[in-house]
Amino acid sequence: MNELLTMQNITIFVLAIFVGYHVVWNVTPALHTPLMSVTNAISGIVIVGAMLQIVDINGETLNLTSILGAIAVFLASINIFGGFMVTRRMLEMFKKKDKNVSAQNK
Amino acid sequence: MIAVNANFTSAAYLISAVLFIFSLKGLASPTSARLGNTSGMVGMALAILTTLFVGHHLVYSLIGLAIILGAFMGVVAAKRVSMTKMPELVALMHSFVGLSAVLIAIAAVYNTAEAHTAVQRIELFIGAFIGAITFTASIIAFGKLSGKFSSKPVIFSHQHLLNLILALLMLGFGVIFYIQGNQLAFLVMCAIALILGITLIIPIGGADMPVVISMLNSYSGWAAAGIGFTLNNPVLIIAGACVGSSGAILSYIMCKAMNRHILSVMLGGFGGDSAVDTAANSSQKAVKAGSADDVAFLLTNADSVIIVPGYGLAVSRAQHALQELTSKLISKGVHVKYAIHPVAGRMPVHMNVLLAEADVPYEQVVEMEDVNNEFAHTDVVFVIGANDVVNPAAKKPGTAIYGMPILEAYKANTIIVNKRSMAAGYAGLDNELFYLDKTMMVFGDAKHVVEEIIKAI
Repeated sequence: MNELLTMQNITIFVLAIFVGYHVVWNVTPALHTPLMSVTNAISGIVIVGAMLQIVDINGETLNLTSILGAIAVFLASINIFGGFMVTRRMLEMFKKKDKNVSAQNK
Repeated sequence: MIAVNANFTSAAYLISAVLFIFSLKGLASPTSARLGNTSGMVGMALAILTTLFVGHHLVYSLIGLAIILGAFMGVVAAKRVSMTKMPELVALMHSFVGLSAVLIAIAAVYNTAEAHTAVQRIELFIGAFIGAITFTASIIAFGKLSGKFSSKPVIFSHQHLLNLILALLMLGFGVIFYIQGNQLAFLVMCAIALILGITLIIPIGGADMPVVISMLNSYSGWAAAGIGFTLNNPVLIIAGACVGSSGAILSYIMCKAMNRHILSVMLGGFGGDSAVDTAANSSQKAVKAGSADDVAFLLTNADSVIIVPGYGLAVSRAQHALQELTSKLISKGVHVKYAIHPVAGRMPVHMNVLLAEADVPYEQVVEMEDVNNEFAHTDVVFVIGANDVVNPAAKKPGTAIYGMPILEAYKANTIIVNKRSMAAGYAGLDNELFYLDKTMMVFGDAKHVVEEIIKAI
């Protein structure tokens, strides 16, 4: 059963690499910095793994596992919130620019 | 919490994975980019919510507290950071992903309530060591970018041998952990990986930082995917793999822009030795220095001007002043363009973001390939805080940056270069452009100089 699960994971992994590869080549070069900050936020998805470590073991809420998990959740949240917010800030600047361009064209 | 059907949570995870892919896809054009970012946020929120239903015996109060604290720090950092400091912020955030991957792996290993199968132990090992290397390597990259450590490469003999030994040791302890499930072996393995992260990155010089940042971006994705394998969590695997391949593509693009091979970047040593011998003979050559008034005179009497901004512009936050100068020149009938080198700044197309911040219209900004033919019939090129990207040494075989595509500013009729001092650029190379007869140097902080020029016009 476990080997089957691992094989499934590898399948998902390889297919996802292909999807990522094709999607990212389409990103316009001017947006490579936002791409970096948004992928940064997305890699904050480790929060899911971190949350699953915050468990009570034999009725104990604070144990080594849950504490390490909590620190990991904290770090990943910085990434998620910081990453998406900073990307939005950058994209706002590009939006301003788009408006300017269309205003000049009119 | 409430027991939820496993199919339900799997479907929710699938939706959030798809939303992540949409968020990357959105970046294909500036118009869809904001929607993409939003879809990434929704995907993340969905993944977090779903996880609350997936876990058993979760301590919700602790989760909530950790998220709120992290969210607060993240939002503050995102609001406060100046666009100039983006590369540092990104490097720091990569280190967070790396560290949390390590912590998750250790937490899982020390979870007394769960036994791990042999396959899971391999996966824990992979997730932890990639995470550990990402963590320390990003910290060093952050230090080099923010100037806390020297950006010079650190090279000593048998460096690669040392790295190889460390890697083998790490692997050895990984195998012990795999066979015996020994927790201590796992910790030792993590510690060696942390050291390896440092030794791998210190030989890489400052000039290669755009590549390094992209590479670490990629690593942080692979670390997340590794954790996904351990937890059998598809959304982690998919998101991690997408981030991993995105970072890999960016590293490839950056390498190509600097004509560097990814292997030679990683082996490091770039920008070290050459700095020593060129710095010695630069003091003997004379440069022509001018004042802001001279520049104002040259610029207003020119027909066409190309501005080459570099990191020095970013550091002194002169982009707004520069935009004001440009508007003034345009109102006087001068044709002004900005020429941007792909590695100007410290991360991929950092400069485009800085100019966008200063409201520079899109059509005034031209990329390297399009502008290089124009230099020969341009009256004045104004280089502000850029160095390596206009260094003609790139055309000479044998120099450290030979073969790197450059902005051919030296072809213009007159060249004005604004720098703070005659110090070598990030690559540690002397720049012949500064000693040409048709070149005038204006020393001083970029913002100050640009403001002086505006006054003089």
